[in-house]
Amino acid sequence: MIHKLVWENVRHRPVRTFLSALLIAIPVTLVLTLVGLSEGMLSEARRRANGVGADIVIRPKGSSFASSLSSAPIPEALVDFVRKQPHVRLATGTVIHSISAPLTSAAGIHLEEFSAMSGGFRFVAGGPFREPREILIDENYARERNAKVGAVLNLMNLDWRVSGIVEPGKLNRVFVDLEELQELTGNRGKVTQIYVKVDAPENVPAVLESLKSQLEDYPIYAMSDFISLFSVDSYPALKSFINVMIGIAVVIGFAVVCLSMYMAVLQRTREIGILKSLGASKGFILTLILREALLLSLVGAAIGVGLSFGTKWALETFVPASLSPAIVPAWWPRAALIAMTGAALGALYPGWRAASQDPIEALAYE
Amino acid sequence: MSSSHVIRIENLRKVYRVGKVQVEALRGVDLLVERGEFVSIVGPSGSGKSTLFHIVGGLTPPTSGTVIVEDRDLARMSDAERTRLRKTRVAFVFQKFNLLPTLSAADNIAIARHLSGNRNGADPQFRAVLEMLGIANRLHHRPSELSGGEQQRVAIARAIVNHPAILLADEPTGNLDTANSQLVLSVLRDLNQRLGQTILMITHNPEAAAFGHRTVHMRDGRIVG
Repeated sequence: MIHKLVWENVRHRPVRTFLSALLIAIPVTLVLTLVGLSEGMLSEARRRANGVGADIVIRPKGSSFASSLSSAPIPEALVDFVRKQPHVRLATGTVIHSISAPLTSAAGIHLEEFSAMSGGFRFVAGGPFREPREILIDENYARERNAKVGAVLNLMNLDWRVSGIVEPGKLNRVFVDLEELQELTGNRGKVTQIYVKVDAPENVPAVLESLKSQLEDYPIYAMSDFISLFSVDSYPALKSFINVMIGIAVVIGFAVVCLSMYMAVLQRTREIGILKSLGASKGFILTLILREALLLSLVGAAIGVGLSFGTKWALETFVPASLSPAIVPAWWPRAALIAMTGAALGALYPGWRAASQDPIEALAYE
Repeated sequence: MSSSHVIRIENLRKVYRVGKVQVEALRGVDLLVERGEFVSIVGPSGSGKSTLFHIVGGLTPPTSGTVIVEDRDLARMSDAERTRLRKTRVAFVFQKFNLLPTLSAADNIAIARHLSGNRNGADPQFRAVLEMLGIANRLHHRPSELSGGEQQRVAIARAIVNHPAILLADEPTGNLDTANSQLVLSVLRDLNQRLGQTILMITHNPEAAAFGHRTVHMRDGRIVG
């Protein structure tokens, strides 16, 4: 019966119910979008790193796996050194240069070497760069910049002609010739990182150990290990940021529900008086208010999940190259729990007020 | 107290504090009501009728005096004990019907049953009571879809669904036209006569008061006749 009473109370005031649920949905959407962005960006990073086709990556001295690289401190001669190691089939250096920090960068690649390692680009339109100031871009970047083959894009204060549009998923979204980028960024003879392809998978551990022993100060990873490090758990700052957002979501949920239920209790003062005249205890009234708040929070969480699909669509439509949101169903119950926690806390004071109401005064309320 | 007395009130006083002012609503009320009696209480506004009802119904505690309802002294009861009393032993019918607007008539009755701790719905005889009240075919309507007379009869059904020892009716015809007033009063008299329901009814209307076995007059917080 109490469920029916809660349900009818919520149904009887659809505008209040909808607005309350919508306000609860907003922080739920924020949390889900943030988590989706984190997971999506990391997943995209994994996909692109995997798309290089390398078995081993050599990073600059003093860098960690999580460092965002935008300089070229590794001497290019090291690429030749690596290339000459036993069981190494291919080695290629790349330069990464930020073009709209921190989300988009250009990758300087040796096209033949990179194609050999990665299996080659799949061109959606156009072809490889052949002339100076030509670039390759992936489909997402082309969509975000509304660029077609032959279009001129201004990057790094220079005009570049788009020679080809490729399928995404290999290292980066924007590619230029390695030497050209080295010249432009004052990094002649230097690279950002070196990718290594080994002749057979079973030889990867041996080559890895050999490189580590010879290049002691360089962080060197097996690609499979390197890719597995791309997770939220590996970024303490990101985890903290998500926790702060969760805290804000709980506070907003608390405030919204507190206000909404406070108004509801005021509106229903007489009804509370009626229930008390029928013998409803303080616990019954408090439970009634809490359950109503929890129902609102569940509806809000469901709307929030729906809205997170909307934010994903918006980000993919308007900034497909900069941000890569994902839908993370594992977080739906957590988001619902966040909303319910805020709602339960927010309903306590109005619920206590309702439960403590004098029945005679409540019955006389107009 | 004779066992036939369902209510025994002795020297009942109730003082309200309104800001810094003390208002003496009841000034030593004595009243005996027998089981199965239909008592009308009349008096001008401010005479203390409603306060007497609220105390007998366990909505507020007395300031002093004795109020025995079914051998239990309300003056010694805690708030929680008075709440339990309202679940099953006393029931109210109000002038403004006081039905829950979000629930159907049937659910308004069912919620009283639920609050009493009975999860099995009304007993079979209750169907006959609903027929007697003339609302058996109106139970799935919400209060806003019912006439005033129908709403008051639903309120009566809700009040008696748990077989209370005492039914307290506070101006039950105050918001009704003449025809519906007569209908509701007839229903109350039928409940009293057929089921032996003890009823205390506040009214301003002498014709309504005449439906009771006897009339108690109140003035200035006292019973004057």
